[in-house]
Amino acid sequence: MISEEQVRHVANLARLGLTDEEISRMGGQLDAILDSIEKIRELDLEGVPPTANPLDLTNVLRPDEPRGELSPETALSTAPDPVDNLFAVPRID
Amino acid sequence: MLELTASALAQKIRDREISAREAAETANHRVEEVEYRVNAFLTPTPYVALERAGRIDERLQNEGIQPWEGVPIAIKDVLSTRGVRTTCGSKILEDFTPIYDASALVNFGEDLVMVGKANMDEFAMGSSTENSAYGPTRNPWDPDRVPGGSSGGSAAAVAAGEGWWALGTDTGGSVRQPAALCGIVGLKPTYGRVSRYGLIAFGSSLDCIGPMTRDVRDAALLLQAIAGHDPLDSTTANAEVPDYLADLEGGVSGLRVGVVKELMDERIDAGVREVVERVVGELEAAGAEVGEASLPHAYYALEAYYIIAPAEISSNLARFDGVRYGLREPADGVHEMYRETREKGFGDEAKRRIMLGTYALSSGYYDAYYAQAQKVRTRMIGDFREALSSYDVLISPTSPSVAFEIGAKTDDPLAMYLQDICAVPASLAGIPAISVPGGLSEGLPVGVQLMSDHFTEPLLLRAARAAEEVADFEFSPRP
Repeated sequence: MISEEQVRHVANLARLGLTDEEISRMGGQLDAILDSIEKIRELDLEGVPPTANPLDLTNVLRPDEPRGELSPETALSTAPDPVDNLFAVPRID
Repeated sequence: MLELTASALAQKIRDREISAREAAETANHRVEEVEYRVNAFLTPTPYVALERAGRIDERLQNEGIQPWEGVPIAIKDVLSTRGVRTTCGSKILEDFTPIYDASALVNFGEDLVMVGKANMDEFAMGSSTENSAYGPTRNPWDPDRVPGGSSGGSAAAVAAGEGWWALGTDTGGSVRQPAALCGIVGLKPTYGRVSRYGLIAFGSSLDCIGPMTRDVRDAALLLQAIAGHDPLDSTTANAEVPDYLADLEGGVSGLRVGVVKELMDERIDAGVREVVERVVGELEAAGAEVGEASLPHAYYALEAYYIIAPAEISSNLARFDGVRYGLREPADGVHEMYRETREKGFGDEAKRRIMLGTYALSSGYYDAYYAQAQKVRTRMIGDFREALSSYDVLISPTSPSVAFEIGAKTDDPLAMYLQDICAVPASLAGIPAISVPGGLSEGLPVGVQLMSDHFTEPLLLRAARAAEEVADFEFSPRP
């Protein structure tokens, strides 16, 4: 059973604002989902290697060479608050 | 013109029987005619289509065009399109206009005749397109039913004839399941076969861009257009792209077909199983060797998927923080800005999966959930290796049911997740899988899923073409 405290903790880790109503609804839904997922813990997979990528690729390298890059103006054209060729944000607290 | 396949229309454009401009005009007209009933598009782009079609006609007079060019296409709104709004079905990207094109679209060619950006579940999370922040798409077969998801807009556009084909994306069935529910073909290629650069990420170890088409030949042609290695996506395969059309009519004689028993049990509606059994019977009559295949870990695939996918989502959606693009809610401090931007910008399912993934990755739970799911994934790959040593292709239903009614599952996330039970095993293993219309149940289309080994799309497409041939189904645009 996931507590309201845990839901608030996880929401904070995810930097996700949730209303009190969402916190209580989310708690119930996460419980139901986690209950069903619990099933995979019954498998004994001791010593089985984990798979992160189905193709088993490792360390794909390419030469570090400059290519046609975006101009600062273009890169900032989607920014909510561009200032002096930088992304401006509110005070860091 | 509306009844032609994409391949047939492409041929007529190259033979100059139909101009690309006429094709674009026909698609635009069809969008105007049926869109109020279907809602397949978030952003129709009639002028983009006409302008690029004009350039195709010019190039046809001069240097020539590729065999797939000039045929109007719908693009899922998760693929970045330079200069054309790309929302991912989310409020957080309501006013976002990308500054580059996805590599798959670049591969297709710069004069991509795009009729519009197609509706989808928010950030591709869902199986009904009801999680779009801009309202649901309706199934062209029945406006009270969902088109499936998450590429529901792309599927509905093809089924309704709003363009001749479409691109969707498939993380855990999002190309195949809507294709099944709308009576079209949907192909998820091998992971790494098509570049993900410019595909706004959901589950980076699972995401695949795939063709959604009127028939199997069209799917082969569209894959030919988009596949290939990309230095901008280090997970793409550095392997030659074969000719996907060469073996298409090879038939089934001598082909070994395994029916996956774990995906033919009582969790699948009887009417759906009947259609699959009928197609399998016809393939056997046509000369295929048919037997029963087993994927024991398929019983754990959905659970493993619903840990791995949300874990990757919670990481990938961290980039939507109000700093570099998209929505920003004003606030005094940066943390409050993050929280309020994400609270306002994300819908329910996105929030649910961010929470689930963050929980599964958090200290104390990582080994129990995420690491265990990654081990199940290893076992799933082993199951496929075993089954595919005895069979060339595996067969199952694509989806456990036909299209369901709008609203039927929106209050029950678990019931919605069950839509993916047949699709996620291939996603976890990264193998190619295709859904082909097999016939009708309750008057609605049923998809038959075929799966094969990594990078064996030519074989898969040949088997799918044979299944399409024996199936009791004929494509025609609806309504």
